Amino acid sequence: MTKISVTVDGVNYEDEVEPRTLLVHYLREQLGKTGTVVGCDTSNCGACTVHLDGRSVKSCNMLAVQADGSEVTTIEGLADGETLSPVQEAFRDCHALQCGYCTPGMIMQATDLLRENPTPDEAYVRQHMEGNLCRCTGYHNIVQAVLQAADAGQGGEQS
Amino acid sequence: MTITQEPQAGTREVGRDRRRKEDQRLITGRTKWTNNIELPGMLHLSMVRSPFAHARITGIDTTEAKAAPGVMAVLTGEDLKDQQGSLPNAWPVTPEQKAPPHPAVAVDRVTFSGEIVAVVVARSAAAARDAAELVDVDYEELDAVIDLKVAAADEVLAHPDLGTNESALWVFDSAEAGTGDDVEAAIRDAEVLIEREFRQQRLIPSFMEPRSVVVDPTGEQFVMWSATQVPHILRLMLALTLGVAESKVRVIAPDVGGGFGGKLQVTPEEVITFLVARHTGKPCKWNETRSESLLAAHHGRDQWQKLTLAAKADGTVTGLKVQLIANMGAYLGLVTSGVPILGAFMFNAIYKFPSYRFECQNVFTNTTWTDAYRGAGRPEATFAIERMMDELATELGRDPLEVREQNWIKHEEFPFTTVAGLEYDSGNYEAATARAKELFKYDELRAEQARRRESGDRVQLGLGVSTFTEMCGLAPSRVLGSLAYGAGGWEHASVRMLPSGKVEVITGSSAHGQGHETAWSQIVADQLGVPFEDVEVLHGDTQISHKGLDTYGSRSLVVGGQAVIKAAQKVIEKAKPLAAHVLEANVADLEFADGKFTVRGAGADQEGLSLTGLALSVFAAHDLPDGMEASLDADATYDPVNFSYPHGTHLCAMEVDTETGETTMRSYVCVDDIGTVVNPLIVDGQIHGGLVQGIAQALWEEAVYDDQGTLITGSFVDYTLPTSADTISFVTDRTVTPSTTNDLGAKGVGEAGTIASTPAVVNAVLDALRPLGVTDIVMPCTPERVWNAIQGAAHQPVVEEAAPHFDESAPNQDTPETEGGTL
Repeated sequence: MTKISVTVDGVNYEDEVEPRTLLVHYLREQLGKTGTVVGCDTSNCGACTVHLDGRSVKSCNMLAVQADGSEVTTIEGLADGETLSPVQEAFRDCHALQCGYCTPGMIMQATDLLRENPTPDEAYVRQHMEGNLCRCTGYHNIVQAVLQAADAGQGGEQS
Repeated sequence: MTITQEPQAGTREVGRDRRRKEDQRLITGRTKWTNNIELPGMLHLSMVRSPFAHARITGIDTTEAKAAPGVMAVLTGEDLKDQQGSLPNAWPVTPEQKAPPHPAVAVDRVTFSGEIVAVVVARSAAAARDAAELVDVDYEELDAVIDLKVAAADEVLAHPDLGTNESALWVFDSAEAGTGDDVEAAIRDAEVLIEREFRQQRLIPSFMEPRSVVVDPTGEQFVMWSATQVPHILRLMLALTLGVAESKVRVIAPDVGGGFGGKLQVTPEEVITFLVARHTGKPCKWNETRSESLLAAHHGRDQWQKLTLAAKADGTVTGLKVQLIANMGAYLGLVTSGVPILGAFMFNAIYKFPSYRFECQNVFTNTTWTDAYRGAGRPEATFAIERMMDELATELGRDPLEVREQNWIKHEEFPFTTVAGLEYDSGNYEAATARAKELFKYDELRAEQARRRESGDRVQLGLGVSTFTEMCGLAPSRVLGSLAYGAGGWEHASVRMLPSGKVEVITGSSAHGQGHETAWSQIVADQLGVPFEDVEVLHGDTQISHKGLDTYGSRSLVVGGQAVIKAAQKVIEKAKPLAAHVLEANVADLEFADGKFTVRGAGADQEGLSLTGLALSVFAAHDLPDGMEASLDADATYDPVNFSYPHGTHLCAMEVDTETGETTMRSYVCVDDIGTVVNPLIVDGQIHGGLVQGIAQALWEEAVYDDQGTLITGSFVDYTLPTSADTISFVTDRTVTPSTTNDLGAKGVGEAGTIASTPAVVNAVLDALRPLGVTDIVMPCTPERVWNAIQGAAHQPVVEEAAPHFDESAPNQDTPETEGGTL
């Protein structure tokens, strides 16, 4: 077991983890952050996307020990209390989710995308969301939601 | 793009683009997926699966696995064979249908790669997975039959004990049924005869939430949480399969992350998790990996389709003959055998064919079993007929829309009884097509296509057409009975009037992304005149929703929604005696509107009595009329009188790079007629998602086995779901021809996009390439296949007959005899 210190959604945790534990399993099983989900085992689907020190990462694609000393934000830490983030709000408003399984990863990725480029066009959004798979929406409304959040002019995480 | 619905009244909810009630929990990560459930003392299961497609199990050594850290039990088929029963097939399509027993855990023989041979039970999922590697299974390999056509030849047998690979032969003939003429006569007398063979490749539903099961055996009842579309069917089938009392089983489908037919199943893993929980007395969980899901959750499609279309020289179709070979895989799942048969009623589509014959040979192979996947039988049929109508137009040198219109049912001809024996209640194909052409700028694109052809542009433009209908709203119970399906097609609903004025709606349909909580709230708000926010929709738990037939076949709204309306109407009827009592009026003089009872003729300024107020009076029950029970709650079970028949015109423009084979979708327009729309936002979402699944079949997806029966596309690296970068934004619009078979006038929408889009895309790709001599490309039309088709066509003279039909390099395709053959 290895000792790690991680801040997740604003709370600091000191935990012992097996070195082989993936970050997503640490978040889900040890911290109960079940909003972050697993959709594949080849890092293709992006359902597990979280922010590590402000940048989106696929949390199935790194070990928990690699997050030692870092700050992690999950879908559960994105809203400010009852106030949804602009991306969350846009996803609801544009009906950018159906079953909702890919949604946490989509929202985390879209949030990072808009931090990098607050004024993307459709082609940019489509290129930069391609690491996140959705089977329900056909992406049409997801792309609309990201563009709408961009238009709202404050796509980034609230901090 | 969305057309504006005519508001039916100032405050009507039906027709509003309400944002979904479901979304708050889903966008904040407060969702209850089955895999989120943790219970004290929970044990975790890992499955040991066969690497061979067909083999005898000669020994299983579990010693090392049992000794591994954290392992509580290792169970094999030998351990479970007396308890596990045989997994159900609810659809014996013919009285003679043959099927092998379907064990949850193989006992002495495995019949597809991925079949479960042992189960490891441990204190953590990781420990179970580790120990599964230590189970030592000895196999003696047997000859396996993987290719569908080879299997149909019936030489190598998937199940030697069965004596044949042929499960059932199902035939419909319009002359025999009295619904039309003799197709053989039409073929004999044809002035134009089009014969084609199409491959419907195997697909994998690929819901985003992997399957997951939790069983808690503590307490009086076994409680199963499962990522399923069908909690009610699952409960009944668990009872029947395992011999436990149905009343001792409670099934909960919590938040379920998509299904698309892929979770319309009673799975080995559900049975095994139940048995292990009973065996250990502990809560047990199984959660699959994506690789397991692709390997062992049921697949879809997988047919060879031979079609013969007879027509007059003027383009009038006189007959259609369809001969299918349908791949069951190794076993019959819940509705495996019935899926291709659903297509029997749809090959004639929107057309007035005077004669029709459909034959389907269901065949076993040593592959993962197939079953429902979005559209289930109808996408296969729609693809084939819409490809054939393009072939006919090409043969005649005419516009594909014009030839279709010549043959389709005109709007003034409804209701129309088809050559397959269905009565289409309503539709207007002319209106949908006119609108689609306008939005698509059809004539302009045709002109551009001509310019590009003339200039020999490297990138050619193709326009694809699909004018589809489907039968949905499964299903009238009598029809299901006549097709030998093992259950009915009704749906159940309850409406509970709470004393606080809130309303609970219990529905037997089981949403997994469709937005029932929102749409049902809209319906009930209108029916009872209560605020949208005051309606709570409960579903997916057999202890709360005790009766239902779940969600599939675009049935929820047109069957389940109608049941909700019936229950709401009963509530109003039950409230009338009390309203009359309070208002000191006759029941016959009462009117109910906007949530209030008023007395007819008592003037516009009367205050009236609110239904929610009456609910409180009934709760108190201090002053009820004599004989009235103290409840306004009502149940309804609705059995549809007919299917509903949505239709639409889908137009697709594809650009094809003739040097590289790369295809790019330039635009896609669809105008669907799904009758009255409850929530246009949800409808558009269903269409978008459906379109991409159908487009994916045309361009990208295929489950591929090697010749040993190993699934090559066993991860998302190789089974290529489309991404946002592969797809475009769509233009969607609607025409509204209300269905006459339910009070809403609605038709199903869940499968429409998937059913319609595949042929539109393939027709567009071919339309771009026909001048180069290309007449067919086997799906998925990958750049490699497109390039090969262009190269193949370039190296042979352009002749009237079809080009080589089957891609020689594609795996899982032809027998050597037919390889590259022409028709």
